[in-house]
Amino acid sequence: MLEFLTKRKTAVSTGISLPVLAGLLAAAIFLAIGSLSSGTFAQQTVSGLSQGAIFGSLALALVLIYRATEVINFAQGEMAMATTYIAYQLTLWHLSYWLAFFLTLLIAFVLGVVVQLVVIRPVQHKSVIAVVIITVGLFILIDGLVTWKWGADLKFMPAPFGNTVYHAGGVAISRQDIGVFAVSILSVVLLWVLFQFTKLGLAMRAAALRPAAASLVGVRVDAMLAVGWGLAAVLGAVAGLMTEPTQFLQPTMMQAVLLYSFAAAVLGGLESPAGAVIGGLALGVFLNLFGQYGKIGGYYLGTSELRLPIAFVILLIVLLLKPTGLFGRRQVRRV
Amino acid sequence: MALLELDNVTARYGPVQALHGVSLAVGEGEVAAVLGANGAGKTTTLRAISGTVRRDGTVQFAGKRLARTGPDGAARLGIAHVPEGRGTFAELTVWENLRLGAYTRRGAMKDDFARVQTYFPWLDERRSQQAGTLSGGEQQMLALARAFMQRPRLLLLDEPSLGLAPLLVTEIFRIIKELNESEGLTVLVVEQNAHIALQAAQNAFVLEVGRVALAGASADLQQHESVRRSYLGY
Repeated sequence: MLEFLTKRKTAVSTGISLPVLAGLLAAAIFLAIGSLSSGTFAQQTVSGLSQGAIFGSLALALVLIYRATEVINFAQGEMAMATTYIAYQLTLWHLSYWLAFFLTLLIAFVLGVVVQLVVIRPVQHKSVIAVVIITVGLFILIDGLVTWKWGADLKFMPAPFGNTVYHAGGVAISRQDIGVFAVSILSVVLLWVLFQFTKLGLAMRAAALRPAAASLVGVRVDAMLAVGWGLAAVLGAVAGLMTEPTQFLQPTMMQAVLLYSFAAAVLGGLESPAGAVIGGLALGVFLNLFGQYGKIGGYYLGTSELRLPIAFVILLIVLLLKPTGLFGRRQVRRV
Repeated sequence: MALLELDNVTARYGPVQALHGVSLAVGEGEVAAVLGANGAGKTTTLRAISGTVRRDGTVQFAGKRLARTGPDGAARLGIAHVPEGRGTFAELTVWENLRLGAYTRRGAMKDDFARVQTYFPWLDERRSQQAGTLSGGEQQMLALARAFMQRPRLLLLDEPSLGLAPLLVTEIFRIIKELNESEGLTVLVVEQNAHIALQAAQNAFVLEVGRVALAGASADLQQHESVRRSYLGY
């Protein structure tokens, strides 16, 4: 009786389209060939990946909150900065770097949950713009509190990965670049595992995608949103701690990073977690290579002053050509 | 004893009162139908039971007064509500939809999935397909399967026939009846298609402007003059 139902084949939409996949593959091959033929190119690529991984993890935090709450959390970078200061304080109390690191992630989770419960939840169902304004307010509040407590001058934490530099066939790669890349990507992968393979992760995805239907199967949607903010804060803390070795501690350390991450998230498609991470990596590598080789018609455009504007030129181009981002999903649905 | 009992339940959407005091009872192991014209409050009645809409009055479930804990609380007590639009998680896979059905339960879902497959054999080969790409009939069956995974004591079904071809509607109601008979599942179904609803249900309630206007055994209602004229069309 039901045979006619099972025979028909239905196209399943995937997150990534063929041209985009081909483009990414071509870019990867280009990077590999370039790295093999030039030591400088290889060095720039590796440190670009390391920076890009930071953009990716903070971009993922933005995407997590965007998917669940439908707003960009403008305070994400400042929350990351504040938690990095907490880690700094812990090391001042003679905790080892890595103990402070993991303790900070725990504290970040709690802070994220508290922020959602105390300041976001009361206005969440009222209007999107109210939530946006709250996050901007949080930005200013956190910035003020941190400056008041720790001051605006540069602070330094112990180097988490040491200062070793590896030499491989004329290419110098710092242990720090590798470590930053590994830690950022590992945190992203762990989060992906949580979302993809655990009951909690499934419930969080359901709550973000279809809150009404999720509550009907017994999911506490409000609790899931709070956990989502907590996890985003953890990712932010990782991004902050991994930014510290190159930018050092100061209240403004995450502001540019947040803007790059925002560009990365839009590049990948604001709805797509994988897109955010790949967008971050692509942006990190591109900016580094452009900084090295960015000479157009006799003008050197790769100066550090132009880094942020160039990131936003890319953002603009993406929004004009493919508004849903590289990984934007065209919804295929039958009713 | 009645598994579900509503006494003078009212509900409103902002200034609009949707239920003006609904009282009804559904016995354990029974299939009951709610009939009525558009806007009579059929959907709202289900929403009031599951707590999707704020209600006043009392709802007794399994001998206890149901607290207003919201839909997730009702789900944990064993009420499965398949809403209008079927509550499909369109972006997730068929398998993830079923896992969400079993969300309130602990332990492995293997045995339940095996049982579900006896009703819906096609589910297994489609388990990694995105649920939104299923046809309407398949989505309705997935909704039933998802509700079954919850192992509810009471199943609330909102318009299972909506948008489906007649052949599929018959099939869906055959499965509902089978679930009721072999699993002992109590079902309260809201349905536009009075004809098929009265065939599947033992008892029925006719709603008019937010109140139960008529209640009784399906067989009696089928003979009732005004039901025949208004809802059965002969």
